[in-house]
Amino acid sequence: MVAERARVLNMVQAINEALDLALARDERVLVFGEDVGRLGGVFRVTEGLQAKHGEARVFDTPLAESGILGLAIGLAMGGMRPVAEIQFAGFLYPALDQILSHLGRWRHRSRGRVGLPVVVRAPYGGGVHTPEQHADSPEALLAHAPGVKVVIPSSPERAKGLLLAAIEDEDPVFFLEAIKLYRGSRAEVPEGYYTLPLGRARVVREGGAATLIGYGGMVEVMLEAAEVAAKEGVEVMVVDLETLVPLDEDTLLEAVRETGRAVVVYEAMRTGGFGAEVAARIAEGAIDYLQAPVVRVAGYDAPYPPFSAIEHHYRPSAKRVLAALRRVLTH
Amino acid sequence: MKPKVVQYLDKGEFPLGEGEALALYRAMRRARFFDEKAVTLQRQGRLGVYAPFMGQEAAQVGVALALGEKDFVVPSYRESALLLARGLPIHTLLLYWRAHPAGWRFPEGVRAVNPYIPIATQIPQAVGLALAGRYRGEDWVVATSIGDGGTSEGDFHEGLNFAAVFNAPVLFLVQNNGYAISVPRAKQMRVDYIARRAEGYGMPGVVVDGNDAVAVYLEAKKAVERARKGEGPTLLEALTYRLAPHTTSDDPSRYRTREEEETWRAKDPLLRFRRALEARGLWDEEREGELLAQLEEEFARELALADSVPEPRPEEIVEHVYAEMGPDQRRAWEALRQGRHVEEVW
Repeated sequence: MVAERARVLNMVQAINEALDLALARDERVLVFGEDVGRLGGVFRVTEGLQAKHGEARVFDTPLAESGILGLAIGLAMGGMRPVAEIQFAGFLYPALDQILSHLGRWRHRSRGRVGLPVVVRAPYGGGVHTPEQHADSPEALLAHAPGVKVVIPSSPERAKGLLLAAIEDEDPVFFLEAIKLYRGSRAEVPEGYYTLPLGRARVVREGGAATLIGYGGMVEVMLEAAEVAAKEGVEVMVVDLETLVPLDEDTLLEAVRETGRAVVVYEAMRTGGFGAEVAARIAEGAIDYLQAPVVRVAGYDAPYPPFSAIEHHYRPSAKRVLAALRRVLTH
Repeated sequence: MKPKVVQYLDKGEFPLGEGEALALYRAMRRARFFDEKAVTLQRQGRLGVYAPFMGQEAAQVGVALALGEKDFVVPSYRESALLLARGLPIHTLLLYWRAHPAGWRFPEGVRAVNPYIPIATQIPQAVGLALAGRYRGEDWVVATSIGDGGTSEGDFHEGLNFAAVFNAPVLFLVQNNGYAISVPRAKQMRVDYIARRAEGYGMPGVVVDGNDAVAVYLEAKKAVERARKGEGPTLLEALTYRLAPHTTSDDPSRYRTREEEETWRAKDPLLRFRRALEARGLWDEEREGELLAQLEEEFARELALADSVPEPRPEEIVEHVYAEMGPDQRRAWEALRQGRHVEEVW
């Protein structure tokens, strides 16, 4: 890790910087997807990269998600390190066959001969009044695909280092970026090339009363709830899982054992969401320490509502997290 | 206008040199030999479910031999002939169809990727592999193959469009064998020739008599040359027929007639090519006998090699999921290695 001077950047700028550095560092790295070239991406994450690195390295593809994933797989088989962008994570569905049948299986089905160092970046999540389908959080679908990794950063500084690590990784990595954080989060980001290890959860706030567990766009929601609780004299721990697959179960369980109470927060639909996996792991590994049932704060069992006036009822808020916290504290 | 179906043998034309003609025949004969042995082994319970290709040797071998050493094949599951002709050892292929992990790791240097079960998903991947060659300054061409049924899948269309847009060096072989398991071509699409679709993507489409080894081989060579010169992809439709069932678990008598099968049996690509060779004094009963003896010996040797591979270890289940095992695989691996269930050690 090369930590140099830091500047305040938002997540779009931090990810752009990471891609720029990766393209400059390794000629096998390619950046492609829909509108990523001339336009610089609908969120401007790839802005300026085509002009700087050329049309061969940063290019637009036809509008076909399965084709994009298939292309990435073939390029990786041929020795390249593709970084594909899917415009919104909710548009990944046409590519699920490529992901489930191939991307995550190639190393296994070739018995280690062919690994696929593919990174798929996709914005996900709500809170910014996007149209239908644009706010989906399909991380549980991806986490259920054997052979892929799933990484969800929660700040610009983490995003840059984790993305560079994902590009260096020898296995396929889904890198989901919370749309809410793109311009809504700003932080000091070190200059230059640095990586942060995948597969580690981190405690972002200490506290002994209960443990809040989440990732991506939910980290700031949990921190906000923790602030409010602190004002009432209740110090809670906040854990950012950061990598869902492979999951850092040790850090997770340790954090729960310390407080004996856990609230899991995720903005996908509740049933079968990744929070359900977290709750199950806690039940398997820390039941003796629990003083209250694990409570999930999640989206409702319905499609993410495209109705902007009521969207905020679906997406977990600090208020809802506090209500759940009250439940585990008073059990 | 009906596309012209390219063929040579029925017209009595034979524009091949002796060396390449004999190489083509030997590879086809070897493939047929394998196919027959594989079906027998399956019946004996010494192979898992197997997808025979009998009747499609000309289409697969013709394309395989049109490729250069550095070129790749990205096959579907019925393409054992393509794999054999590209140099995959028989014992590896046997282990593959035995569903033994050792058969899933193709030897280094064999420019073939593992066959695919999901339909058409290999098509956009072949395009990516072809482009990777261009990035790396290699002029490798990728030949990928699919059946007529597979062309109904979205990935077929996305892949062809990508190939045309990126001018990728790919040969798309469609083995039009008339059926998607039981569904005939006419119930699969309303277009008479699949090669017609090529124009819609902006690439040449060629129809060949897929049971005419000369036609497939020469048209595939043209497509490979075009691709290598940077002129982009070609869709090659080979009209053929699978004389055998879809897989060893299938019963084709439920969906096609004996008469139809007999009509196609008369067009057996192996016999047609052999007759053409014999007519030119390039082949005879004696040479055939010698070749069969060689093949018998080779197969026995390869089968013994496959049989000598030990049973897979239970812990192989969680090996090679990632370059480095994650904590969940590690724990399962330890349990399986100790002959225990993961729940006992979790």
